[in-house]
Amino acid sequence: MAEIRVQSLRKEFGSFVAVQDSNFVVNDGEFFVMLGPSGCGKTTTLRMIAGLELPTGGQILLGGEDVTMLRARERDIAFVFQLFALYPHMNVRKNMGFPLLAQGMPKAEIKNRVEETAKLLRIDHLLDRPVSGLAGGDRQRVALGRAIVRRPKCFLMDEPLGTLDAEFRDLMVHELRELHNRIHATTVYVTHDQLEAMSMADKIAVMNRGLIEQFGTPKEIYDHPATMFVADFIGSPPMNFLKFGGSLQKGAKEIVVQGANVAVPEVREDFAAADFALGVRPEHIRFDDASKLRGSIYGTEYLGTTQIVAVETADGMLKARVPADIQLRMGEPVGLSFNPQRLSLFDKASGRAVHTSAREGVARGAAHG
Amino acid sequence: MSAAAHSVVEPSVTSKRVAAALVVVYAVISMIPLFWIFATSFKTPPDSIAYPPKVLFTPSIEGYCNLFTTRTRQTPEYINSLPPATSFCDETTRKRNMVIAGPSNFLPRFVNSLVIAFGSTFCAVFLGTLAAYGFSRFKVPLADDLLFFILSTRMMPPIAVAIPIYLMYRELGLSDTALGMILLYTAVNVSLAVWLLKGFIDEIPREYEEAAMIDGYTRLQAFRKVVLPQATTGIAATAIFCLIFAWNEYAFASLLTSGTAQTAPPFIPTIIGEGGQDWPAVAAGTTVFLVPILVFTILLRKQLLRGITFGAVRK
Repeated sequence: MAEIRVQSLRKEFGSFVAVQDSNFVVNDGEFFVMLGPSGCGKTTTLRMIAGLELPTGGQILLGGEDVTMLRARERDIAFVFQLFALYPHMNVRKNMGFPLLAQGMPKAEIKNRVEETAKLLRIDHLLDRPVSGLAGGDRQRVALGRAIVRRPKCFLMDEPLGTLDAEFRDLMVHELRELHNRIHATTVYVTHDQLEAMSMADKIAVMNRGLIEQFGTPKEIYDHPATMFVADFIGSPPMNFLKFGGSLQKGAKEIVVQGANVAVPEVREDFAAADFALGVRPEHIRFDDASKLRGSIYGTEYLGTTQIVAVETADGMLKARVPADIQLRMGEPVGLSFNPQRLSLFDKASGRAVHTSAREGVARGAAHG
Repeated sequence: MSAAAHSVVEPSVTSKRVAAALVVVYAVISMIPLFWIFATSFKTPPDSIAYPPKVLFTPSIEGYCNLFTTRTRQTPEYINSLPPATSFCDETTRKRNMVIAGPSNFLPRFVNSLVIAFGSTFCAVFLGTLAAYGFSRFKVPLADDLLFFILSTRMMPPIAVAIPIYLMYRELGLSDTALGMILLYTAVNVSLAVWLLKGFIDEIPREYEEAAMIDGYTRLQAFRKVVLPQATTGIAATAIFCLIFAWNEYAFASLLTSGTAQTAPPFIPTIIGEGGQDWPAVAAGTTVFLVPILVFTILLRKQLLRGITFGAVRK
């Protein structure tokens, strides 16, 4: 197992820049997830780490060794493909033994290693079955087995749960995380599914248009998004934005939104007059008749323990997550108040988060800097 | 689309019968000439040219004897002086006042056909697979133009360039050589092979090779161990098409080969018997000639069918 260090990585396809200037470090044994919408460059980054694409610029270090221009087979990594890529003309045992065969390992040892790995994944009863007849989850396990059996420096996974149905996906998320806890393999996992990312990752990089918008723990990314893109991409429903103007001074603790004073975390940098956005998660909105910030109920989605309430304000629609037992009527006017310590401020022009006391100790987003 | 276009109606019994009858009639019409050739090969020369044609006859293998031997006419006294006939062929020949002088050229011609057809099929499929893989997986400069060029070599009937090829082969010393014929048939077939195999290889996901390359194999090893086994259907279908072409080819064979490298197709019509064409021997030659292609096609019929319908069904 090894640390993965990516420095100023860049990839161009003709005039299209797929990945621009990526920098991150995945520590030994960490489960790292690259999250982003399709076309954001996450798979390209993964394929460059694997050696399936060569970067246009930058460096990739695997356990301290520069592998940027090495062939895939010389990197000692394992890759789990979205569609698993199990060799259809081989049975489960041969599929799992295939990487060991390449190393010239003696047959008896291959047999032992394959059986040991199969037991770990609870697929030892399937070893002599053809892969074509396997169920989705078993294919997934065989693909994992083929990756694990070699004990490579790191695992790279490209949306491996993308083709499974929702119920089964939850189970596999759990299994994958459990497996990771047992073998502590450095893992890079690519997905567009925020729930997968949040539930499995030690660290997440949120990517957009070839840029890493934010790199951090799931909690940092959810609570303190570095950019408006991250705030909007993570969370369901996403973060609400309320726009406000004026300038921001160091030490300010209050802003004015739609004529109402709103307490915010202490601002830690100066900004000249510009457009800003106040970011508030749906669960941090409360209905408070005393508040000057007004809106009217537009609709509700009942979710059992909570409900999502759409509130129409002078600045557009907000979504609030409130307890399910609150009775609300359509068109009813309500006052809105926010949990001050959980608010984020963004500079609308750059999309970057304003540095505040709430963001103390949170790694600054790399993007748009 | 209306709903009717999607509904599947079980065909009525009558329409099924009509369809079956049509198929049977068509099959019979197609099979009659083949059956007639097969029957003729077991007739005696007088039966083969009898009028009205004989459907019922006493079978004889005289045609096969004549196919594989050459005979000379002798006087009855000479024939009587010979030791007793040792085989059926000897006996039949002597009844017609002839003796077997030696083997005919049919067997070597047949062997030529086998060598040239299978040799050129192997070369065309081998080159075609590699080229198709290259076009399918790599960024080849001007790939579309090159593929069109390859296809364009099929646009003209090959025989249109017969005379230049004839002159070229004479200069190069390739006339009437097995090597020359293998090169020629390979050149004609390789374009078909490239196009057909590219389709098949395009259908094999790249992830398989990428997985193999990550698993520690070189690209060539990945090609051999992962791509080839999955392309077998396509390769088999392509091989049959190439083989059928090379096996049946007549025009170039009769133009470029006359002796040592002559194939069976131009040889069979030249089988002359006593007093004109020896029809049973010609029919016997044709029947023997059909056997290899028949066996090959029956063995690989599933792949052939898939080759014909390829692209219509996604695995």
